[in-house]
Amino acid sequence: MTTTQRGLSRAALARRVADDLEDGWCVNVGIGAPLLLPAQPTPGKEIVYHCEHGLAGVGPAPTGDPDPDVTDAGKNPVTLLDGAASFDSSLSFAIARGGRLDLCVLGALQVGENGDLANWLVPGGDPGVGGAMDLVVGARRVWVMMNHLDKHGNPKLRKQCTFPLTGPGVVDRIYTDLAVFDFADGDLILRECAPGITPADVAALTEAGYTVGVPV
Amino acid sequence: MIDKIRSHTAEPLAEVHSGASIAIGGFGQVGVPVDLIDALCEQDVRELHIIANNGGRGLPGERGIGRLLKENRVRRFSCSFPINPTFFERYFNGEVEIELVPQGTLAERLRAGGSGLGGFFTPTAAGTMLADGGFVTRHGDPEETLSTKESRVINGRTYVFEEPLRPDFALVKAHRADRYGNLRFRLGARNFNPLAAMAARTTIVQADHIGPLEPDDIHLPGPFVDHVVATALEPAR
Repeated sequence: MTTTQRGLSRAALARRVADDLEDGWCVNVGIGAPLLLPAQPTPGKEIVYHCEHGLAGVGPAPTGDPDPDVTDAGKNPVTLLDGAASFDSSLSFAIARGGRLDLCVLGALQVGENGDLANWLVPGGDPGVGGAMDLVVGARRVWVMMNHLDKHGNPKLRKQCTFPLTGPGVVDRIYTDLAVFDFADGDLILRECAPGITPADVAALTEAGYTVGVPV
Repeated sequence: MIDKIRSHTAEPLAEVHSGASIAIGGFGQVGVPVDLIDALCEQDVRELHIIANNGGRGLPGERGIGRLLKENRVRRFSCSFPINPTFFERYFNGEVEIELVPQGTLAERLRAGGSGLGGFFTPTAAGTMLADGGFVTRHGDPEETLSTKESRVINGRTYVFEEPLRPDFALVKAHRADRYGNLRFRLGARNFNPLAAMAARTTIVQADHIGPLEPDDIHLPGPFVDHVVATALEPAR
């Protein structure tokens, strides 16, 4: 199966997600591909990127010497933009659980057709949960950004998650290298295929049940 | 006269005993009190219950929490992201215990302990194995798993009860401290530091700068702090 190579690159996927951000949003970016978001241009839109340990208003990686006290959730050096704030981790998760995040963007191991998210543990593997469980219960929107297939070539969009859940029924939208899906009234809907990808390609690589809708 | 400044790192750490519970600030390598951890590793202390967000990367010569784990001084690790190859090996061998706590819940459990509260209800982890139970806290025979946490439906939503953390000690990294123990942190290095400081019965601080602070510039007031030592290495900022 060579279809994955025809889809979006990681950088192109980040640009695609950034296109859908709205002016003024406060957005948490999780470990993995979402960390590419603060470096994406968002012309005409001001986005406040939140990092779970206690920063809001982070920008891309520095061009000069990094400040060792300014990192993203993946511990990579980033910059602070105008209007940035620093606070402790309890207050940071008050922002999350308290409903002040317009959006959180996370990676995923599996997403169920009912919106279940699994992103912290492959059974038998090394456990590490981070802040994902806090973010998905609090953010107003939860978007997943992931490869359509796992490294073994299995679909990540499943009828049911087989890995331990991060949160039940929490996902609102899914961006993969092949397609964009969202949930409307609890139903999974295919909204868009990446350039060069057909709905038939997506159908062949998706286990979850879904309907084909119009782009929104 | 109040003076919480100690001239030698070893002095306040001499109180720390084997089996103690210790909350440690830091997120990744940021805001980790590495001098205090190094000094602790010079003592014969083992079987510690460490409460900290991360486990370090397990790199050779690594300072910080990774060193405590690598030197096998930890029996129980309460954390959200323990990623450390040596520690995982001991975990899968059944030699150590992991209490896996969502990051926001870990922060709030420290805050609750430091605030004299008996716990709190949070929507975090509801409907997952970190609340419903089943997560393997210790491998081996018999295997130990997390039991089901108490939950309550409040205004139609399920919330999970979480207990406070009240460790014996906290090791904390501050940017600036005065002799009263008032602390100021720097940017992303604040993270878990004030929360660990609040929660512990005895709080030991490593500060990059010692000197006066204005009342409105203090992030954590002195009553939460017992001992302050100056960072040994020339502070970068």
